[in-house]
Amino acid sequence: MMKLLILLVVVLGAVAIAQLARVYELTSRLRNKREEDISPADNRMNGRLMWAFMVAYFAFFAWLVYAYGDKMLPVAASEHGMETDELLNFNWVILILAFVLTNVLLFVFAGKYIHSTERRAFWQPHNNRLELVWTVIPAAVLAVIIIMGLNSWNKITAPAGPDAVQVELYAKQFDWTARYPGADGVLGATDFRLINGTNPLGIVTAESITQRLDELDAQIAETDSLLWNTIMADGKRDEMTEQVERLRRTQARIINLRTVMELDIKEKGEASQYLYGADDIVTKEFYLPIRKEAKILIRSRDVIHSAYIPHLRSQMNAVPGITTTMKMVPTITTDSMRTHVMKDESFDFVLLCNKICGASHYNMQMPLTVTNATDYDAWMAEQMKKPFQAPPAAPTPPTAPVVVDSTAAAVPATAQASVVPN
Amino acid sequence: MGAITAHTEGHAHHAHHHEESFISKYIFTQDHKMIGKQFLVTAIFMAWVAVIMSILFRLQLAWPGEGFAFTNFFLGDKWAPGGVLDPNMYLALVTIHGTIMVFFVLTGGLSGTFSNLLIPLQIGARDMASGFINMLSYWFFFLSSMVMLASLFVEGGPASSGWTVYPPLSALPQTIPGSGAGMTLWLVSMTLFIASSLMGGLNYVATILNLRTKGMKMTRLPLTVWAFLITAVLGILSFPVLLSAALLLLMDRSMGTSFYLSEIHVAGEALDHVGGSPVLYQHLFWFLGHPEVYIVLLPALGITSEIISTNARKPIFGYRAMIGSILAIGFLSFIVWGHHMFVTGMNPFLGSVFVATTLLIAIPSAVKVFNYITTLWRGNIIFTPAMLFSVGLVATFIAGGLTGIILADSALDINVHDTYFVVAHFHIVMGMSAIFGMFAGVYHWFPKMYGRMMNTKLGYAHFWLTFVSAFGVFFPMHFVGLAGAPRRYYSYSEFPMFNGVVDLNVLITIFAIIGALAQIIFTYNFFYSIKRGPKAVQNPWKSNTLEWTTPVEHIHGNWPGPLPVVHRWPYDYSKPGKPEDWVSQITPLDHDEEEH
Repeated sequence: MMKLLILLVVVLGAVAIAQLARVYELTSRLRNKREEDISPADNRMNGRLMWAFMVAYFAFFAWLVYAYGDKMLPVAASEHGMETDELLNFNWVILILAFVLTNVLLFVFAGKYIHSTERRAFWQPHNNRLELVWTVIPAAVLAVIIIMGLNSWNKITAPAGPDAVQVELYAKQFDWTARYPGADGVLGATDFRLINGTNPLGIVTAESITQRLDELDAQIAETDSLLWNTIMADGKRDEMTEQVERLRRTQARIINLRTVMELDIKEKGEASQYLYGADDIVTKEFYLPIRKEAKILIRSRDVIHSAYIPHLRSQMNAVPGITTTMKMVPTITTDSMRTHVMKDESFDFVLLCNKICGASHYNMQMPLTVTNATDYDAWMAEQMKKPFQAPPAAPTPPTAPVVVDSTAAAVPATAQASVVPN
Repeated sequence: MGAITAHTEGHAHHAHHHEESFISKYIFTQDHKMIGKQFLVTAIFMAWVAVIMSILFRLQLAWPGEGFAFTNFFLGDKWAPGGVLDPNMYLALVTIHGTIMVFFVLTGGLSGTFSNLLIPLQIGARDMASGFINMLSYWFFFLSSMVMLASLFVEGGPASSGWTVYPPLSALPQTIPGSGAGMTLWLVSMTLFIASSLMGGLNYVATILNLRTKGMKMTRLPLTVWAFLITAVLGILSFPVLLSAALLLLMDRSMGTSFYLSEIHVAGEALDHVGGSPVLYQHLFWFLGHPEVYIVLLPALGITSEIISTNARKPIFGYRAMIGSILAIGFLSFIVWGHHMFVTGMNPFLGSVFVATTLLIAIPSAVKVFNYITTLWRGNIIFTPAMLFSVGLVATFIAGGLTGIILADSALDINVHDTYFVVAHFHIVMGMSAIFGMFAGVYHWFPKMYGRMMNTKLGYAHFWLTFVSAFGVFFPMHFVGLAGAPRRYYSYSEFPMFNGVVDLNVLITIFAIIGALAQIIFTYNFFYSIKRGPKAVQNPWKSNTLEWTTPVEHIHGNWPGPLPVVHRWPYDYSKPGKPEDWVSQITPLDHDEEEH
């Protein structure tokens, strides 16, 4: 209510200003002057206001730096972050110099050379030497900025070393999941068609394929029985028929996937990625060890998300259908951030979503814990007790004959013939 | 064409003009001046829609979760129960705010108004090359505006996936309600808009290249016309790419194709789509999207070049360098789009190339700024409201241009990408600069459009309030961004790390409200002056260009007699040896006079 009143007052104020202007226009008409002619007083006033604005502008800038400078992101907690922060500061020096210089010239000239009938403007259509100077100087400065920037960029985007800690970050509306490779050190293959309640990342193992096929069987049987045993509107019936078709297509592609998996294992043996899924660790906790390179693989289930860790100066989009990567070397543990940097016991590094992804985009986050090597190993040992699937004695290719049930036989021939693109 | 050639005969046909019906004069008019005014009034209306949207989401950002009667009044109980903005509607508002401002106000409104009004008048032509296509261009624009507004009222709300409408979010209604009928209407509206823009653009280019009057060499064109020409070329080359992106998206949405979609599991179901790439859409979108920035900006720069020179009573400094920088910006704008995509997983080497090309654009931009400042130096400045907005444009162009250098530097972009730092940057350099150019143009050419003057004092109040609130709104946003705060967040209360800067949101919103209210002054001044403003004289600003040699009252064919003949460039202000501090382009050179 209060705010509405304020609004009303402001609107009335605006109307009042308009009316005042009208009065002014009429009185100047009475004094035989035309309101629309710019008087020397108008020019003087606006010239002075230009100067006043310049002072206020710089003061506002200074106040923002003074009042909010310490509320910006704290010291970078990663190796490349420290480097880019330095680069940023170097850029700031150049930019603020250029900012002050050009604004001072602009506003001072605007206020100084106000109109006078006594003099004429200086006739100066061009000045080649001057123009050359201010083309060459920015070009030279920009060349430095480009070279320094690309130097950092190349380092940041170079491939991670073979010893890097591997983590996969998996995004979906509206949360993050992390996956670690488990004891075998290799992340297993995934397929989005295997995603279900117990396999949120769609990790491919013989067991998860069987499970998913069984699940689809049950779903198809249930929908089928509904279709045949209940009375429903035509529209609804069409919708459900289509749904059954879709489920069957999915099933056919999963059967295809199984064949692809078996062939791959036969061909590559130990090198096949399909052998390594069972011991993967799927977790809602995101840990990284300090001073060790981390290679982060990023995937998405539904729409584009972006994995942004502001304190580590790291960001990369999560794109459905593509695996993207970033790497970093954390340099400060969560504990020392809490005690030394932020002086706040509740502080956490945070991974947040930075690409519009839907209604709860603004709350799609996961804390990141950076620890020393000992704590990390202890945490990892704890995690290894909860692998994705109970480990078989040894990773052996599934040789058991595939049980083909009646629903699978109903799969359209075309779908069966198609190759799973993977 | 027939009608126009008839009028080129001059006032022999003068009596004919009075027989025009209301419909042929005001609605389906083929007169470029009237079409320009139609674009302007439509754009003012659309701008108000977008401004009110911005206030709605700014209220939520400043006081998250609080109920406002204002919000409830506009959005009703469905989208703002108890006056609290719904998160989906928040995203819809930022999406449509951006769409309207970028396309309908700063592209359609700015180019549509001033290219139409000024091209024939400043090059000495009777009308556009094709008056009929010009009329169609406006009506497609109008239709497209109506479809966009209609999308606000459909079930599920309007498009909500950001003004860039990245798929899969924009392709799958399961992911956000706005991607249903609202998104379809968005695509239909944009298709109509692109058609309008292409018809306009082809007409502008054809007119400038073919219909210049005698003596109007390319090197005697006002910088406005140069800017409109390059803008039109950019539009012709880039809008079709957006059209193809939109059509492919339409097919993905409703025909089961997979251009942009692959391996998606949503709402408990694995979709059939495989093999597409969402990144492809981004390439297509930004291939328009980046030239679009200059489609918005160049006309504003052209307008201010003209106004600064006229009101500093001084030739624009470095005329040829200004043309060169327009050409350089136009060319470079086509090879920089990847700087929007440094963190999309695009090949890092490709990223490096885009860093270099993007930073190169800073050189012609810097040249422009220095040339404006030098034009002011030792000038004889008359502060009309148009001049104030032009100086304001130079200030916003400096502030926004400089932060662009950080965003173009991929290594630095990683940490500010998609944060409020970007929001601050593009609102200042593109939004504010272009809107300031547009205001400057309206104040300057209002006498040409309506034969009356706008109120100067209200113009001053409008400028200073707008100028102060523009910086009040967008300057602090840099700091919010440097604290790591992402854009398009409904609220920041879920993250303790932003507690230090959220109070800046209150400051920003207060300035936004002041800035919005200041536009009431403008709107009042504009419409009041159309009806009751003091009568204008033929050349109120003592300007050299051809449009000021036409009569105050509009006539078809612009000049009652034969077309004017041009003898000099448009910037002979304060030329030594001349009695006045201006020399119209139609004044012949003295026998021993050098051109400039």
